[in-house]
Amino acid sequence: MSALLNQKIQAVFDEPGCDKNQGKSEKERKKGCTKQLAPGAAAGGCAFDGAKIALQPIVDVAHLVHGPIACEGNSWDNRHALSSGPTTYRTGFTTDINEMDVIYGGEKRLYKAIKEIIDKQDPPAVFVYQTCVTALIGDDIEAVCKAATAKFGKPVIPVNAPGFAGVKNLGNKLGAEALLDYVIGTEEPDYTTPYDINIIGEYNLSGELWQVKPLLDAMGVRVLSCISGDARYREVAYSHRAKAAMMVCSKAMINVARKMEERYAIPYFEGSFYGIGDISDSLREIARLLIRRGAPEDLMARTEALIAAEEARAWARLEPYKARLAGKRVLLITGGVKSWSVVAALQEVGIEIVGTSVKKSTREDKEKIKEIMGDEAHMIDDMSPREMYAMLKEARADIMLSGGRSQFVALKAKMPWLDINQERHHAYAGYEGMVKLVEEIDKTLYNPVWEQVRKAAPWELDEAAAVEVAHG
Amino acid sequence: MAKVTVPKKACAVNPLKMSQPLGASYAFLGMNRCMPVMHGSQGCTSFGLVLLVRHFREAIPLQTTAMNEATTIMGGMENIEKAILNIRTRAKPDLIAICSTGLTETKGDDVVGFLKLIRQRHPELADTAIVYVSTPDYLGAFQDGWAKATTAIIETLVEPIQIRPARSRQVAVLPGCHLTPRDIEEVREIVKSFDLAPIFLPDVSGSLDGHIADAFSPTTIGGTTLDDARRLSASIATLAIGEQMRPAAAALEARAGVPYRVFDRLTGLDAMDQFLAHLADLSGTPVPEKWRRQRSQLQDAMLDGHFFFGGKKIAIGAEPDLLWALGSLVTEMGAQLHTAVTTTASPLLERLATDEVIIGDLEDLEAGARGCDLLITHSHGRQAAARLAIPFHRAGLPLFDRLGAGDVLSVGYRGTKALIFTLGNLFLAAHEHHEVGPTQWAPPEETLRAVERATLAA
Repeated sequence: MSALLNQKIQAVFDEPGCDKNQGKSEKERKKGCTKQLAPGAAAGGCAFDGAKIALQPIVDVAHLVHGPIACEGNSWDNRHALSSGPTTYRTGFTTDINEMDVIYGGEKRLYKAIKEIIDKQDPPAVFVYQTCVTALIGDDIEAVCKAATAKFGKPVIPVNAPGFAGVKNLGNKLGAEALLDYVIGTEEPDYTTPYDINIIGEYNLSGELWQVKPLLDAMGVRVLSCISGDARYREVAYSHRAKAAMMVCSKAMINVARKMEERYAIPYFEGSFYGIGDISDSLREIARLLIRRGAPEDLMARTEALIAAEEARAWARLEPYKARLAGKRVLLITGGVKSWSVVAALQEVGIEIVGTSVKKSTREDKEKIKEIMGDEAHMIDDMSPREMYAMLKEARADIMLSGGRSQFVALKAKMPWLDINQERHHAYAGYEGMVKLVEEIDKTLYNPVWEQVRKAAPWELDEAAAVEVAHG
Repeated sequence: MAKVTVPKKACAVNPLKMSQPLGASYAFLGMNRCMPVMHGSQGCTSFGLVLLVRHFREAIPLQTTAMNEATTIMGGMENIEKAILNIRTRAKPDLIAICSTGLTETKGDDVVGFLKLIRQRHPELADTAIVYVSTPDYLGAFQDGWAKATTAIIETLVEPIQIRPARSRQVAVLPGCHLTPRDIEEVREIVKSFDLAPIFLPDVSGSLDGHIADAFSPTTIGGTTLDDARRLSASIATLAIGEQMRPAAAALEARAGVPYRVFDRLTGLDAMDQFLAHLADLSGTPVPEKWRRQRSQLQDAMLDGHFFFGGKKIAIGAEPDLLWALGSLVTEMGAQLHTAVTTTASPLLERLATDEVIIGDLEDLEAGARGCDLLITHSHGRQAAARLAIPFHRAGLPLFDRLGAGDVLSVGYRGTKALIFTLGNLFLAAHEHHEVGPTQWAPPEETLRAVERATLAA
């Protein structure tokens, strides 16, 4: 990979905003923040995947993947980041390079592809994603993007995060770096208010941003820019004028939050939209930061009134489930921020957490889990599918909450399962989302199908009886 | 006879095509106790895995050599070695199947050489079969990867023997990737009904038919066993289903002298007639009563359906063999194959009953489907169908937004009948949508005004 990319990766690995990172020695830090991949025993997405996840929710941009068909053809259109307007981001663009491109270089094809997209779709910007093959043969996407920007008079942004650079989390950060280098601070909003905030690391999966935004509207807070859920290119470009920022989703985009604080003096905090206590805390923190930046003090009173009313309403709606769910045991296989924010939320209705995975969690995440759950015994560092299966089969848990990847481990053990990762269809954020999550858990647990699938066929019973007689 | 064209555009918009290593991995998933591995960056495997999981709603064993920048440049020998050793220790498969990717092909890894060295260094690997297939992402498509993987299995595993047991009933069946697990089960039932003993290679009906196993397994469960693959040479004949399987059938003939015949499709009355006739010939057994009955049922269904197919314009985006099966059937039912888009070259394309076959993407399909009565392609076509506001039938892979992708039957008399009913019902439903209010046939404004004027003048 290019020296430029190498520098970038080293820069991203050195993250002053991250305690875990700062706790390492210089040498350890150079290795990056993820475990070394084990050939033959690795799972999870690559850096390109991560960059795409972080940036694709910008809805009016054309996202063009420069590489062979695998990178886009095998993966496109598989997430539920929603848009309230343009749908350009849902169109899969790729240069689909062929053997001749590998030999002679794919830069000309890339340039032509950019031109075609601008001619056909005229998006406000084109994001160009580097991939392994085109990085390896030395296609200089920065140069092509620069030339295209000059020629077409429209931002063409290089996103240099080829798959082999590392894992998904690194890709999130490299994608974010592209925004910092080429997008943020390049435009100005029509007007600003003392109530303008950025939300960083929220992708509006299944419309979760829309479970939170009405609350902010009620407070009189304006989301100047969400990076990157349901975002427009221009919003991201003028996000540097916000007064404060909230960083969601653990550490995926911490570099954006931290660098915007450095460059534009926008203070940020890390918060979560999952769970009743967490959403209330986040709203309070937003109000507090805005007041510190000069917003009128009455904002806090409005915020508290909103929280009181919404919490009471949510608890009232959860009440009927408490009796039905008390003592139910949940195995939680997820990562990062969800490992603690969902734990707190489920405990609120009396559900027992028999285990939560901390594979992708930071030290802070783990501390929070410890605080909430009391001890470390329930933390699972790296559970193999076989262990998960055994745990469910032996009924040490009543339900598993996880991403789509491990759902069949649960279903094949004939155990209830609920999708809480990015491919899910329901939105679980805010007060509304918490009620929805509990409702879904209840619906799944009490579905009559489980009893039926666990029952043996009549002839199996007959055969077993026959065997007993023969041996008797 | 169709003209095959490749659009000159540089940017594929909304891809129809998927890559070779994914097709090859899918073929290896039809081997019993197998762990397929993509030799590339871990993203290659991750994307393929998610796609297959969403399609089949099954756990998919698929590993990666997790190449990074340094290992790519220095060569992937060590990663392949570690991957094989890790997989052998953790998953204990009978077969480890390795597909190369764009990344490692661009670098030019000599995997065949690597494997020789690895076997020398690790005699303990003697208990594990290894198959390697070269499948760069930047060449061909999914269907080509499947075909190459099957050929590689034959060339690596089949024992070349010269003498066949007397009065053997064993036949080799090589299904193309357009056959679903349910399709394969149907073909098996048909072949067995002639008192023949088929070995399917690959056999995704054993591994991806959506059953619940008694225990968790990190490898494939079901599919062609190693022993069965090895003794393919003792077959009296090969039945290749889909033009894509011709090279694999030819490889088996070259290796073990097994004569073959390619059936380009098993969807449609005539195509099935030929298949059954061939089986009767091969086995000396008359066509069982069951199929005669089904044949007559299909004929009846074709009669019932033709009212709704007649004159309809249809747009299909599919890999060549599936396009051929579907395109031929709708044509036989009286519809017009208005637009055909496919992913890779095939001798079948020119024979399709349409003016032009485009080797292109869903943008081409969408452009060509304007004004059509039905769009047929994989699930990614749903947005195009919505924009065009025309009925949509999902066929091929991936099929992630409907249940039972592996359970769709469209071969045999019975499968053809089911397909006719499904498509026919879409036409009927579309007709219902265009209902129909009291004002539907009202005369236009001009007529009304003219009437009004006439009334006033009178």
